[in-house]
Parts: sequence; C-alpha cells; structure tokens
Amino acid sequence: MDPARKRRIRMVVALSCALLLVGALAYTSFSAASTAVEPSQLLASTNPTESYQLTGKVVDGSVVRSREAIRFRVRDRTSKKSVAVSYIGAVPDPFREGREVIITVRSAGAAAPPHTFIGEKDTLITKCPSKFKESEPVSPASGAKKS
Amino acid sequence: MATVGQACLIFALGFSIYGVAASVVGARTRRESLVRSGRRALYALFALSLTAFLITEFAFFTSDFHFTVVATHSSTTTPWYYRLAAMWSSQQGSLMLWLTLLAGWSSLCVVMLRGRLRDVAPYAVAVLLGFGAFFTAVMLFSASPFTVVAVAPVEGVGLNPLLRHPSMMIHPIMLYSGYTLLTIPFAFAVGALIVRRVDAEWLRATRVYALGAWLALGVGIILGARWSYAELGWGGYWAWDPVENASLLPWLTGTAFLHSVKIQERRGMMKVWNASLVLATGTLAILGTFLVRSGVLDSIHAFVQEGSGVAWFFTALIVVMIAGSVYLVITRRDNALKSESRLDSLLSRESAFLGNNLVLVAIAFVVLWGTFFPLISEALTGQKEAVGPPWFDQYTVPLVLILVLLSGIGPVIAWRRTSWSRLWRSMRAPAILALVVAIGCIIWDPANGDVSAMIMFVVGAFAIGISLQELWRGTRARQLMTGEGPFAAFRLLLARNRARYGGFIVHIGVAVLFIGLAASSSFQSVRDVRLGVGEQTTLAGYSFTYVKPVAKIETQAGRLERITLGSQVRVTKDGKFVANLEPNRGYYPAVGSMLGAVSTYFAGESTSEIGLQAGIAEDLWIAETPDISSLMPVVRRGDAVFEKASSQGLEPKARAVFLAAALNGLTTQYRENPPPAQFRVLVSPMVFWIWIGSLIVVIGAMVAAWPAVGAVRDLVRARQAARVAQELGRA
Amino acid sequence: MSVIGPIVAVVILGLVVWFVSQPLRSRVAAQDDLRDDGRVADLRAARDAKYRQIRDLEMDYRTGKLSEDEWRSIDRELRGEAVEVLHRLDQLVPPQQGAPIAPALPEPPSAPPANDPR
Repeated sequence: MDPARKRRIRMVVALSCALLLVGALAYTSFSAASTAVEPSQLLASTNPTESYQLTGKVVDGSVVRSREAIRFRVRDRTSKKSVAVSYIGAVPDPFREGREVIITVRSAGAAAPPHTFIGEKDTLITKCPSKFKESEPVSPASGAKKS
Repeated sequence: MATVGQACLIFALGFSIYGVAASVVGARTRRESLVRSGRRALYALFALSLTAFLITEFAFFTSDFHFTVVATHSSTTTPWYYRLAAMWSSQQGSLMLWLTLLAGWSSLCVVMLRGRLRDVAPYAVAVLLGFGAFFTAVMLFSASPFTVVAVAPVEGVGLNPLLRHPSMMIHPIMLYSGYTLLTIPFAFAVGALIVRRVDAEWLRATRVYALGAWLALGVGIILGARWSYAELGWGGYWAWDPVENASLLPWLTGTAFLHSVKIQERRGMMKVWNASLVLATGTLAILGTFLVRSGVLDSIHAFVQEGSGVAWFFTALIVVMIAGSVYLVITRRDNALKSESRLDSLLSRESAFLGNNLVLVAIAFVVLWGTFFPLISEALTGQKEAVGPPWFDQYTVPLVLILVLLSGIGPVIAWRRTSWSRLWRSMRAPAILALVVAIGCIIWDPANGDVSAMIMFVVGAFAIGISLQELWRGTRARQLMTGEGPFAAFRLLLARNRARYGGFIVHIGVAVLFIGLAASSSFQSVRDVRLGVGEQTTLAGYSFTYVKPVAKIETQAGRLERITLGSQVRVTKDGKFVANLEPNRGYYPAVGSMLGAVSTYFAGESTSEIGLQAGIAEDLWIAETPDISSLMPVVRRGDAVFEKASSQGLEPKARAVFLAAALNGLTTQYRENPPPAQFRVLVSPMVFWIWIGSLIVVIGAMVAAWPAVGAVRDLVRARQAARVAQELGRA
Repeated sequence: MSVIGPIVAVVILGLVVWFVSQPLRSRVAAQDDLRDDGRVADLRAARDAKYRQIRDLEMDYRTGKLSEDEWRSIDRELRGEAVEVLHRLDQLVPPQQGAPIAPALPEPPSAPPANDPR
C-alpha cells in the first residue's frame, strides 16, 4: 500500500479512537456523576433515588456519636439552612463542628424524618484548614503570661 | 527585619521585570552586555528571594509573632523542625518557597548551561524571570509574608497537627521542586521555538532538566501517598483528589516527553509532539500549583482563602501560557518542527513509543476531565457535578494495563522495523513467565476474582521479565565483547548506557509499583469494630486483641503539646504472636479558647497515629478513635474546680501545678477505666511493594540522570572555551 | 530598630544594582555570531547522538533484536550520517591538533561476533 495512504489510515484510526474516548468520557461522567449541592438545594428538592455530593459546614453542637454511626447536621456556608446526615464509615481526623465537609449522601427514605440523609460509606471528606479559623492568636491582654 | 524582607520582594519584582526586558532586547539587538545583565538579574532574583525566605524562616524559628503569618501558623509548642516547615503550610510562605525554588533551580541550570544554547538562553531566562515576577507580584499584592503587627501576641495558633509529620518537611519541597524544575524545560522550549532551533543540543539540555524535574515530582507524589496511608485515618494512599490529580498530570505528560525525545533524537520525528508535550507539562505544573492554593475545586487540600485574587492571577497566567504555546507550535509547525522522517512500520520501536505517548496522554486527559468535571458540568448545564474514584478507575486501570504491557514490548522491538518472528524470539522467555503467572492466577485466584488485578500481575511479570532479560543480555554481550567479569560488565553496562539501562530499572520499579497497587486495592480486608479491653476481632486470618489502654501527656518547651489516648493491640495468627501495635489519638489544646481550663485540651485538633506493621506479603494497619465521652464528666468537674479557684485568686504557678495534676488524673482515669474504643482494622496485601517499586524507580532515574563521564568533560571544555572567548574579547 | 531596616534595604539595593549593571559598565567582547555558535553546538550534539546510536545499535544486535545483516546495513547508514555531521562540523570548526573532545567512535563491525546470543 502507498505509504501516504497508510499514514492517512493510521491518522483516521487514531483520531477515531480519540473521539471515541472523549465521547465515552463525556457520557459516563455525566451519567455517573453526583450533583454537588448545598443543604438549601436539598431542602428545595430531592430525588429519593439519586446520590448527591453534599458540601457545607457542620452545624455547631449537632454532632452525636453512637456505637456505629455518627449523626450531624450540615448547613449552607452562608445561611442557616441545614439537613441531617447519618454516616457510618471512616471519619477524617480534622472532622469537627464548624468545619467544611464534603460527603456523598442519598435520601434516607420515606420512613425516616424529612430532610434526613444517609452518608455513603467512607465518602466523608473534611477540608483541611490551614488557618485555624476558630482560634485566634493569644494577645498579651487576655491569655496566660509567658513563663 | 520585615521591612528588609518586604524590600527584597519589591526589588525582586523590579529586577525581574528589568531582566525580562534586558534579556529580550539584548537577544533581539544582539547586545551581549544586556543578555548578561539579564542573566545576572536571575541570579539577583535568587539572592533576593533567598534573603526574604531566610528572614521569614528566622521569624518562624524564633517564634516572632510580630509576623502575622508566624502567629497564625506556628506556636512555641510546635517543635523547631515543624516550626520551619510551618512556613509553607501558609499561603504566603508557600508562594515564597515556590519563588525561591524557582529562582534557585533556574540560576543553577543557567550556570550549568554556560556557553551553550546562547541564542536560546536569553529567551529562556526572560520566561523564567517572567514567572519570578508573577509570583513576586502575587505575594506583594495579595499574600505578603511580611505583614506585621505592632504588638506581638504572646502565643501563636500552632501548626495544624495533621501536618506534624516528617513528610511535611519534604513532600512540599519535593513537589514544588518538581513544579519549578518543570518550568525550566518549558522556558527553553519557548526560547528554542522563538529562535526556531529545536535541535539536538536543545534536546540534550532539556532532557536532563526534565528528568530531574520528573524525579522530584514523582518523589513528591509518592511521599504524599505514603503520608496519606501512614498518617490519615482512612488507610488509603490515593483518593483521586483534585490536588493529587493536579500533581499527576504534569508527571504523565513529562513521562511521555522523556520517552518521545528519544525518537526525535534518533529519527528527527515527533517534533511537534515533543514541543507540545514540554509546553503542556510546564503549563500543567503551574495549573497544579494553582489548584493547591486557590480553593477552586473541592478538595481535602483546598486551603480556602476568602477574597483572595490569587485565583484570578493564576487563571490569567495559565491562559497566557496556553495561548502562547499554541501560537508557537502552530507557527513553527512547518519549519523548525517539521519531521525529518516518517514512521516506517507499525512493528517498530518508534511505533511502541508513539503508542506509549498516546496512552499517557489519554490517561492525562481522563484525569484532567474528571478533575475539572465540576467546573465543566457547571459551565455546560449550570449544575456542579462531581465524579468519584470508581469513574477514574474505570478508565485509568485499562489504560495503565496497556502502558505496562508497552513498557515490556518497547525495549525489545527494533528501530524502524522488525518481523513478528524476531520480536517473538526476543520476548519468548518473559512471555512464558507471564503465562506461568497467568495460570497461577487462574488456579489460586489470589485476587478474589478481580480480573484487572490478575491481568496486572501478568503484564507486570512480563515487563519485569523483559527488563531483567535485557539487563542480563546486555551484561552477557559486554562480557563477550570485552572479556570482563560479570560484575564489572554489569557496572560498565550501566555506566556507558545510563539512559537505556537506567530506564529498564525504572520499568522494573513501575511494574512492581503497579502490581502492589493492584493487589492492595483488589483484596484488601477492612473492618470497623468497637472493642473493649480484652476483646478481639479477626480479619483475614489475623486476630487483633485490645490488650490495654495507653494514656500520656506530651510536652514541648515546658508547655503541653498534646494528650495521647490509645491502646496496645496484640496481633496473632494461628495462635502465634505477630506484632504489638499501638494506635492512638493525639488531642491538641485549642489556643485562646473561651472554654474551661481543662476542656480546652479536648477542643483543639486531634490526629490519629496509626499502628502499622509493614510486611512483604501484607500490611497490618489499625487506627483508633477513643471514646472520650466517658471522660467528659471528669473534665467538666475539672473546669468547675478551676473556675472556682481562679475566682478566688489562684497564682499562675499554682494554677499550672493544679492543671498538671488534673490532666494526670484524667489520663490515669482513662487507663484505669478505659471505655470501649472504635477501631478500623485493615489487612492490605502487598502495599510494601508500592514503596519498594517507587524506590526502584528513583534508583533507575538517578542512574539515567547521572551525567556520563564524557558529558562532564564536554561541559568543562565548553566553559573553558567560553572563558577563552571572553578573555580574548576583553584584551 | 526602625531605621536599621531601611538602611539595610538600601544597601542591598545598591549591591544588587551594582551586580546586575556590571556587564553594562564593562567593555564587552565584540558580538560573536550566535547563530554559528549554535550551529556548531548542535552539530556536536548531533555527532554525539549518532555515536550513541551506533553503540546502541550494536547492543541491539548483540542482544538478539537484529540479525547480522540488518545490523551491518543500518550501521553503515548511521556511520554515513555521522561522517556527514563531522564534515559539516569541520567546515565550521577546523579540526584542532591534540586530543578530541568527543568520545571515540566505536570500531566498525568486522569479524563475526564470538558468540551468537540466539
């Protein structure tokens, strides 16, 4: 076969494979992705069969640890609207009240109280705070004197 | 001191801008004096940034809380080595580190280049100084480390306990070295394309920097994975987190580049590929830096900075880099980047390398797509969507399998063209080995039916077999040619063909690493369980028994650093003792909190210390979350006692003594009445192979990168020749 | 304390200005032809690359990836290309007396190999 023709064929094959890959990526990502939502969006509407990637802050005083599960509320970054989450799985070290978290959840179902969600196992991520927002450096006026 | 530091940054910006102008004008008007002045501006950038860096580090070391960045990221109770590392846990210090490393590596590379690539170098210096100006400007206008307060706080906030790990001292430096080193081939590519000289000398110089950068970045990535595994309480080493992915992207394109330069060197082909790859790698390195520090994507690493314009600065820079790269490649496509020859046959090494390139770029594209998918979907549908690890695995696993297979075929296939029979003869022994492994997998099913893991074992065995065979054959051939003994022949084989045989060692390391990866993810056993003292659980044939509680107070510089609560866990198998593991949790006090005197010690950060027993066959891993709720009544009683005593005028010294007694009482209470604790137990097969594989990769890369004896001699001669020319000119 | 800072800063500025402007102030060598220099360096790098390829090719043959005929034929080609590069190099830089800078070219294939690895 004429070398130029061979090259053209190879080019066509390569481009087709590339297009196929991009197409597959696009299709599977849209179908496999979970929507990233804030609590207020979940309060507005929830699809009981869908899983969501919930981001928000852990509400102060809402964390309850029981034998297996941990229960807490997640609120919007900028408002007080919150939802309840029940989660079984690895709890990251930085997890605490007031921190921003990301967790994959789905609706707890009709039997559970409204706006309650189950967190999928091992999907809880706590954003690493490089600045300790809740603590301030101790000024000379307040804290203990240097020994 | 802060004034000097800030001044250094301002001068750095000024001289960077000057240097860009001097280098470009000098190159265009052929005025050597301007070019040399521009080079000196680069060295000056290094001196100034290093001064500013050292001033900041000194402030951290001496806990000078006048510096806002020190007060908000360090404390007197942070050990001195973590105080130094605390600098780059901050946005300001992180940028400072990046700038200093950029200036340092650039200066070193330009010095080493002396006399070579003289028409390309001024443009490369201009690009590097451009980056320097950018980072200096970002610091000056958005995140200066030299912001001070008139009255220094008594105590700082302290370094985030999660970051108090030896890896913190190396991982960021390695990663940033990788990123900054990658800007150097980028700069030289831009320069070479501008003067239309994309030839052998440029290739040789670029390949060395790219290899060094690739190595540094690779080490940084592995250290991050190791840290995640050994320090964080989830037992994994890779989560397809956006920041992790961002560091992987330039590493993938860098790997593709390192391979395909061989083809350009050999056959003058794939010039457009190589130029595009090196430009993409530099751009992805800046993108990676951007993702770490901007908070644009939801990530465990996202250090969210409200109201910082850093994200916009970086976006603008990346857009400029992409636009400039595309422009240069397109306009040089038909001249400087024109191929000198063509692909003769699909059954050739060129073809294998091309396939390797395509697979690596495909993996990079998948990772890029998945990482930015939230932004892509938001732009297209108005809804932010995110994909998880299963989606990434779906694509990367088959692509990596093909990659490892190619790493086996590539070395034994000849250049230009070969025949099937010849190829088979070269691959016969490793292929039989792979077949044996395949049969073994089918019979014993070590991967619990995970097909892709078993295929990885098979192709991994194949790739390792090929590399070992080539090392063996090369040694034998040398022995026959020179009559040397086997060890001498092997040593000299490596010495005289560093790139090639160093590469084979890297391939072995990569195969070992991926085999470990496949094994540990496919048949890992994990259990979350609640155990009281004396209780046990079994997993994968091992028994884990909670023997006794551990509780202690750790101090630093006379102040309490943390309270540690944990346990001793005995591990046995078939009744035989295996190991004693001590998982625990460290509780750091909250600084300046309004809580009671005792409960403040449980209101700060807490970190897990993992109980880990690493082995060749499997790792035993255990993390613990103690139940401190039973201690809370005691803690609250302590708070009440203190409040009462303080209101009655308690002396500070007496207060400290009481506090110590209270905390001791607390830890004694935990030891004597330990409540059941939550444990996560993991038995991970072959994780050790991941770290061993990485080590082999590093060794192989160092062999490949080590300058050959001839090269050193050439460098010395080039420098001497340059000096002679200079002196002749001056006379 | 508040005066020392600015003074140190000014001193640093002075030092850096002096350092960076030094090439502008000194009498500099006349401008060489950067292009020619670049060509020479390129040719030297190309020559070294060709030598490496010739050695690698022999290794490929000795480790069984090529037949003897294939090796001889490609080796001839590569040596021809190396000679071409040397010729162009000599035109720009006449060969000097004394030891060559580059590593020596390996011997061309003559006698058949002592042991056939296949």
